[in-house]
Amino acid sequence: MTTPAATSAFLREKMEEGWNRPPIMEPDGEAELLEVAMGPHHPSTHGVFRMDLALDGERVIRLKPVFGYLHRNHEKIAEGVSYLASMPYTDRLDYICSLTNNWAYALAVEKLTGQEVPERAEYIRVILGELTRIQNHASSIGFLLQEMGASGTPLMYAFKEREKILDLFESLTGSRMMCNYMRFGGCRVDVSAAWLDAARKVVAGLPGFIDEFENLLSGNEILMARCQGVGILRPELAVNAGVTGPMLRGSGVNYDIRKIDHYGIYDRFRFRVPLGDHGDVYDRYMVRILEMRESIAILNQALKEIPGGSIMDPKAKIRGFRPKPGEAYGRIEAPKGELGFYLISDGGPNPYRYRVRPPSLINLTVLEDMCLGSNVADVVLIFGSVDIVLGEVDR
Amino acid sequence: MKSIEEIKSAIEAAIPGAGVELIPNPSPSGQHSLRLAPADAVEVARFLRDDAELAFDFLSNVTGVDWPGKEITEKVKVTRTVTRIVDGVEQQVEETVEEPRKRVEPGCLEVVYHLFSMAKKHGPIVLRMRTVNRTDQVELPSVTPIWRSAEFQEREIFDLYGVVFTGHPDLRRLLMWKGFKDHPMRRDYVDPDDFEYEPTAHDSVLARAAAHKAAIGGVAQKGTGAGE
Repeated sequence: MTTPAATSAFLREKMEEGWNRPPIMEPDGEAELLEVAMGPHHPSTHGVFRMDLALDGERVIRLKPVFGYLHRNHEKIAEGVSYLASMPYTDRLDYICSLTNNWAYALAVEKLTGQEVPERAEYIRVILGELTRIQNHASSIGFLLQEMGASGTPLMYAFKEREKILDLFESLTGSRMMCNYMRFGGCRVDVSAAWLDAARKVVAGLPGFIDEFENLLSGNEILMARCQGVGILRPELAVNAGVTGPMLRGSGVNYDIRKIDHYGIYDRFRFRVPLGDHGDVYDRYMVRILEMRESIAILNQALKEIPGGSIMDPKAKIRGFRPKPGEAYGRIEAPKGELGFYLISDGGPNPYRYRVRPPSLINLTVLEDMCLGSNVADVVLIFGSVDIVLGEVDR
Repeated sequence: MKSIEEIKSAIEAAIPGAGVELIPNPSPSGQHSLRLAPADAVEVARFLRDDAELAFDFLSNVTGVDWPGKEITEKVKVTRTVTRIVDGVEQQVEETVEEPRKRVEPGCLEVVYHLFSMAKKHGPIVLRMRTVNRTDQVELPSVTPIWRSAEFQEREIFDLYGVVFTGHPDLRRLLMWKGFKDHPMRRDYVDPDDFEYEPTAHDSVLARAAAHKAAIGGVAQKGTGAGE
């Protein structure tokens, strides 16, 4: 793996323009190109997303992603309502991981207003954030296998476990997916001792699930043949293209915002950052499996150490407040990558500017680079390994 | 990491005459920013990426902000000669009065960049650039050749704010469709009334649509399905 210093040396070497652009591919011989619009209703596109492909036989010569089918201008809506009123809308960005969306938004507003979060609330956030990461990675691997043609079974294994985690979310927040749980300076409701016990029980069952999942998949010949060496992303390009999350770490770049920013209380937990070697689909799959294991390690520590106390400063204002004019950018390591919120306040009750930095959209920047020269069937896999949710891509 | 003042002087030392202005941020976040003159921006960006000590190799977030022109009313002291009757005699007297005067502060479009360093694990540093106005001089240099991550984000700003990025390899709308006009994230954008046309439209809906059509000069948005 390239060391950080080597990465910038590489950049200095590659000063000529265009090194970070996708190569222009020529068809072999005189063959006519076939143009295919894959999506927006293709079952493998995880929603309404279109790729315009140019094919030379089975080989992909050009790939242009087309966005906007699910665009509802979330940012404009948020500029017209108060800070708190955007919290439920953030659930709808990456609707698989609503709790981490809540967290990123709450963190940005806390940076803007300078609010403190009580210790117990920080622990609750970590517990919910890591549970979210596990269920996201489990279902994204399930979908990847589904797209490989393993119809149903791996996805149902993943969903069986996801269901247990969603039950925990439901009993705490009242909703399985649209949780709307975090508040500026804390959380909405406190967790009970019974809920913590239930969470401990679910977490205790997770290592067994991952072992079973891995026995089923990691050494599977078909999975290895389909995934290894497919969709390779070089670390230099990954950094330059702003790719984050498991995709970046699958390419071997050690960058986990939990370790860099230590937002919340992540400096208290011992966990490792799994890295890939080759940057192919298999490495991204493996990084997600290993990240689930590290999340379990964090969960075990957090569930053991969670202190008593309040979950919110009783004097904290969560509605009707007017932050001083200024701006703040807050980011977290969401399951899909760096999720950031950028807020500008003009002193009014609504944000003057509200921006979501969507990891799903920016990770797709390199989709064409990864797919060029491979088969259409591999495009489905490479796209699946990026792990996107269209609610966040199109906002 | 170097402080923002040190980064500013490093830029000025490396690129003499570069227009860099420090914009303080009064919020508790303390994320101050540097405003770049568009003419030198690409050079400054390349310096920030390639400098061994700064090594801002990761452009995380690019976004636009709309600052519409503001009409400011301020009181100006005016001295003028008036005719008054003093002690029964008409006289010319000098008098100072405060008069409200309106001044239009021109608006602009702003683009904000959040940079981090993956190699040195520091950041963020916030850069911003402003266009001359919001109507005809909306070009800014693109940083996509330097950081590929700007590719889709600059397309989004072009789409939703109408900033034209010169040097962008593929500047097309990202989220709105091809025939769409106008830029929805601008503060003075007016929603088309007619894009959710009811098959059995009520009179009030039709009246609203007609009013809207008149307001935008009789040309309804193409591709909206409204009575077309």
